[in-house]
Amino acid sequence: MSLVGGARPLAPWRWIGVPMVQALAASFVLLIPLRIFGLQLPEPVFAMVPAFAWAVIRPSILAPAALLAMGLLLDLFWGSPVGLWPLCLLLAYGVVLSARSVLAGQSRPVMWAWYALACCVAEGAGFLFVRIDSQGTPSLVGMGWQLLATIVLYPFADRLIDRFEDADVRFR
Amino acid sequence: MALRDNPLGEVKLPLVLSAAAALLVAIVVAVALLMSDRRETFRSEAYGVTRKAADAVAAPVSGAIATPIRWVGMGVDGVRGYFFAVSENRRLKAELKTASQWRVAAIALRDTNDRYKALLGLKTDPPIPMVAARAVTDSRGPFANTRLINAGKESGIAVGNPVMSENGLVGRVIGVTDGASRILLLTDVASRTPVMVDRNNARAILTGDGGPNPRLDYLRGKAPVADGDQILTSGDGGVLPRGLPVGRAVKGLDGRWRVILASDAAPVDFVRILLFQDFRQLVDAKQLDQLPLPPPATPTTSVGMVSTPAAAPPPMTPPVTASPTPAPAVKPTTAPVKPAPTKPADAAATQAKPAPPKPAPAKPAPSPDAGEAPR
Repeated sequence: MSLVGGARPLAPWRWIGVPMVQALAASFVLLIPLRIFGLQLPEPVFAMVPAFAWAVIRPSILAPAALLAMGLLLDLFWGSPVGLWPLCLLLAYGVVLSARSVLAGQSRPVMWAWYALACCVAEGAGFLFVRIDSQGTPSLVGMGWQLLATIVLYPFADRLIDRFEDADVRFR
Repeated sequence: MALRDNPLGEVKLPLVLSAAAALLVAIVVAVALLMSDRRETFRSEAYGVTRKAADAVAAPVSGAIATPIRWVGMGVDGVRGYFFAVSENRRLKAELKTASQWRVAAIALRDTNDRYKALLGLKTDPPIPMVAARAVTDSRGPFANTRLINAGKESGIAVGNPVMSENGLVGRVIGVTDGASRILLLTDVASRTPVMVDRNNARAILTGDGGPNPRLDYLRGKAPVADGDQILTSGDGGVLPRGLPVGRAVKGLDGRWRVILASDAAPVDFVRILLFQDFRQLVDAKQLDQLPLPPPATPTTSVGMVSTPAAAPPPMTPPVTASPTPAPAVKPTTAPVKPAPTKPADAAATQAKPAPPKPAPAKPAPSPDAGEAPR
């Protein structure tokens, strides 16, 4: 099926595949043991960018599967309990998906606040599951730093939303 | 074919519902995976084939990515060394002066210690073999603090081996594959390490929480820890050798005792993995099996047998600790292990030789495969 010019339907690899690979690559590069002036680099959750943007762009069957795969790879990279990050990302995705009608047409600062809320959901879920799984309380300071480092990544999510939210004629 | 001609074009799939169903299925899968995961156990099979495969792939890739950054770091260090050579020279001279005084004291203490060990018949731990490796990844989030190193099964590394930096304990190995191993750091939320206060031997459990300074839990007694106390591994439970340096105790902002890790004093780039399994490794099992039965403590009257004076048990003479027997089959490397609790004298002690005025220290003789520096 080929449509004329820009009326082509959006291929999943463009709005799901490529951002997923980019987020994983960025996470992997930041795994390098590096200290600057004796301080460790923060560890932002790049996967939150597509998790938020995919839910805003449109509902999809592929997005949860991609988040599951991405979360599993993050667990393997980071050495965290397998299943932790898939669960955190999927819960954040579910929250944003359920509030999708509210998010439509909102300004950038409001969307940023919603993104921060989604990050809080993911971190809170991580806190809860780690507490249950490892029977230890994760450091709130460490969580705060990771949350902050993740929230500042919103411009990437904004760019992804701008690029693909209205890119498919079937969803106009 | 136009979109309108598609026979399925008129079918309106409830996209939100189908996405929600997919989300639910994915969540169920994630929960099942999380419940089945046991990364912190000492069972090597618990680590899983998937993790091993991922580590085997990630280690060389990350090592290659990190190489240029490491070169840059070395270059910066070189430039800094060039510009700060004078102040560094002054500092090193002062340090050398202090170290020379400590050297004299250490020689005297070693001499005294050797004499005490000889008199008491102490059997100290043999050195623990170790291998060196480089950290290629560093996970530092609040939920996982692990590192991947570029040495694995082929180097003899096993699950549970303690890992040290040049300054102190870093963590322990939780997964091994070909060419890579994963270390659970002391700061990880799943890490529990038996430690003791060097000053008074007070025991505690070092509990990680994802932050830089793990907590001291299960402290007992009245004020068992003071600010600045040195914390060492206690060796309790046989998981780690006794006496590995861990760090310094400080009171945290939350009012709990925490530890500033000694390994944080420098970037953990190169690490040493002690090939320590448990305390059975610290004794030579073959040598123990060949031990003759100990003589009776009190002379007994035997019926129908004539006991010769030569066969009588020796009196309570101090045993000789300079063992002529070969050393345990371990490589004599320089693991900073404190002497373990005392054990009875070995076979050499039963030979009833008179103790020399100043016995030789009980140093293990190098085994044929020994003498290898940490790789």
